Amino acid sequence: MSLVKLLVLLAVAMLAALPWVVGSYLVTVMIFIFFYAYLGQAWNIVGGYAGQLSAGHAAFVGIGGYASALLSMRLGLSPWIGMWIGGVLAAALGAVIGYLGFRFGLRGFYFVLLTVAFAEICRVIALNVDAVGGALGLYITFTGNPRQFQFQDNRAYYYVALVLMLAATAVVREIERRRFGAYLTAIRQDESACEALGVDTLRVKMLAMILSSFLTGLGGTFYAYYLFSLQPNAVFGIPLSVEIVIRPIVGGAGTVMGPLLGSFILSPLAELSRTYLAQSGWTGVHLIVYGLLLIAVVLFLPQGAYPALRRLARRRA
Amino acid sequence: MSLLEVSGLRKRFGGLLAVGGLDLSMAEGEMLGLIGPNGAGKTTVFNLLSGFLVPDDGEIRFAGRLLAGLKPHEICRLGLARTFQIVRPFPQLSVLDNVKIATLARHPAMPIALEAARAVVERVGLGTRARELAGGLTLADRKRLELARALGTEPALLLLDEVMAGLNATEIDAMVHLVGAINADGVSVLLIEHNMRAVMSLSHRIVVLSFGEKIASGTPREVAADRRVIEAYLGEEYVHPAQA
Repeated sequence: MSLVKLLVLLAVAMLAALPWVVGSYLVTVMIFIFFYAYLGQAWNIVGGYAGQLSAGHAAFVGIGGYASALLSMRLGLSPWIGMWIGGVLAAALGAVIGYLGFRFGLRGFYFVLLTVAFAEICRVIALNVDAVGGALGLYITFTGNPRQFQFQDNRAYYYVALVLMLAATAVVREIERRRFGAYLTAIRQDESACEALGVDTLRVKMLAMILSSFLTGLGGTFYAYYLFSLQPNAVFGIPLSVEIVIRPIVGGAGTVMGPLLGSFILSPLAELSRTYLAQSGWTGVHLIVYGLLLIAVVLFLPQGAYPALRRLARRRA
Repeated sequence: MSLLEVSGLRKRFGGLLAVGGLDLSMAEGEMLGLIGPNGAGKTTVFNLLSGFLVPDDGEIRFAGRLLAGLKPHEICRLGLARTFQIVRPFPQLSVLDNVKIATLARHPAMPIALEAARAVVERVGLGTRARELAGGLTLADRKRLELARALGTEPALLLLDEVMAGLNATEIDAMVHLVGAINADGVSVLLIEHNMRAVMSLSHRIVVLSFGEKIASGTPREVAADRRVIEAYLGEEYVHPAQA
C-alpha cells in the first residue's frame, strides 16, 4: 500500500510541476482534462457507484455557473462565495430530481429520461428568461482579479482545476471506504436484496444524488469563470451531459480512478479535434470519435478501461 | 410471550385471493414450518411479513409492535429477516462483502461489520469461499450465502424461503443441521419448505396453506395424518379409508 501512496504522491508532484515545463497550449489541454475528470468524478457517485444513470448532469453545471455569475454581476458577491451557493442550488435541484425518480421507482431508462427532461427544462428557462440573460446568455467581463475567480495567468486555472479533481477523487475514495460506499455498490447490484438487509435505499440514493449534484454545481463556477461566458444551449445542453457521462463510463464507472483515466483518454481527443479539425471546418468530428470509442468500450471493456488495466496488471504479477 | 402474531392477513392480486384471512402465531424460539402446494400463498405471506407487499387487510404484530406501514429495511432492523426463494446475491461482491452489507445494519463501523461478517461466513461453512465473488458460487453455496446474509442482520425471527430447494441429499442434511443449530441458538425460524423430510424433522409445529387458506396446523405428526393435507397435496383419491 505504501508503494501505491508513493506513486500517487509522485504523480501529484509531477502534475504540480508540469505547467512550469510545458507550453501554454498543453496547460490548457490539462485544464480540460482535470475539469472533466472532476465533473466525471462527481457524476460517478450517483451514476457509477449507485448505478443511477443521470444523463442530465449539465443542469447542475448550468445552475452552479449561472448562480455564481448572476450573484457576482448583480450583487457584487465574490464567485468564491457564490460557488457554494451555486452548489447548494444544484443540490436542491438534484434532491427534487432524485426524490421524483427514487420515490416513485423510476429505474433504468425512465430515470435517464427524467434527468434529461429536467436539464432540458433548465435550458429552455435560461433561454427564455431575459432576467438571466435569455438567449444571449451571460458574459463575464475580464478583470483578472483573483477575488473575482479570475486570473491573468493560465497556470492559476490549472491549479484550481487540479485541486478540484484531486478533492473530488479524495471524497470518492473516502466514500468507498465507508458504509455509504458499500451500500451504493450493493444498491447498483440488487436493490430489493439491499432492502431486505436493512438498507434504506431511498435515503442512500438521495444522499448520493445530492452530493453528486452539489459537487457538479461547484464545477459550474469554474466553467463560468474559465470560459467567461454562459450560453444556455452549451451549459444546460445534452452534449455537455454526454461529455460528463462518457469519461467515467470509458474509464470505469464505479471505480475511483475511472473518471480520471477516462478524462485523460478522451479530453485530449476532444481538444485536438476542436483545435485542428474544427479549424479546417470539421466541426463536431470528436463526437463521432466518442461514438466509436463508446461502441468499442461497450463491446470489449464493458466495465471500462481501469478495471481492465487492473486485471491485466494482476495477471502480470 | 408470542413473538409473531398475525391476524386476518389478506392479500388479493386482481381476481386471485393469494392469502385469505390468515391467522398465525409464533412463540419465541419456535421453529414453525409453513407448507402447502405450489401457489398456496406461502411466499406471499413472506412478502407481507417482510414489508415487500402491503396487505389488503389484517394485522401483523412482531415483538409487540404493529408492522403496518413499515418499509422492508425498517422491518429488518426490528429483527425480522428474510431470504429470497430465488437467491439474490450481489454477484460482483465477494462472499464476505455480501455478508458485510448485512452486518453493517447493526455495526456501522466498517472493521466491526467485517469481523461480524467473517464470523457469520464461518458459521455457515463458507469460510474457504470468503474471498470468491458471489456470482461464481454453486447453488448450494449461494443458498448458504443467502442464509448468511439474513443471519448477518442479527434477527430474532428468520424467514427462510425454500433454502433446501435444488440441493442434493448431502447438501440438504448439512442445511438441516445448520438451520437447526441456528434455531438452537435462540433465533426463531419460520420455514417455507417443500422437502418434507427436512421440514418434518426441523419444525416444532407446522401450518399448512392451500389456496391462501390455513387448512391444518399442529405437530408434524398430526399434520402428516390430516386428510385435508393429503387431499391438498395428492388429491382426494389418495386419502386412506381409515383416515376418512
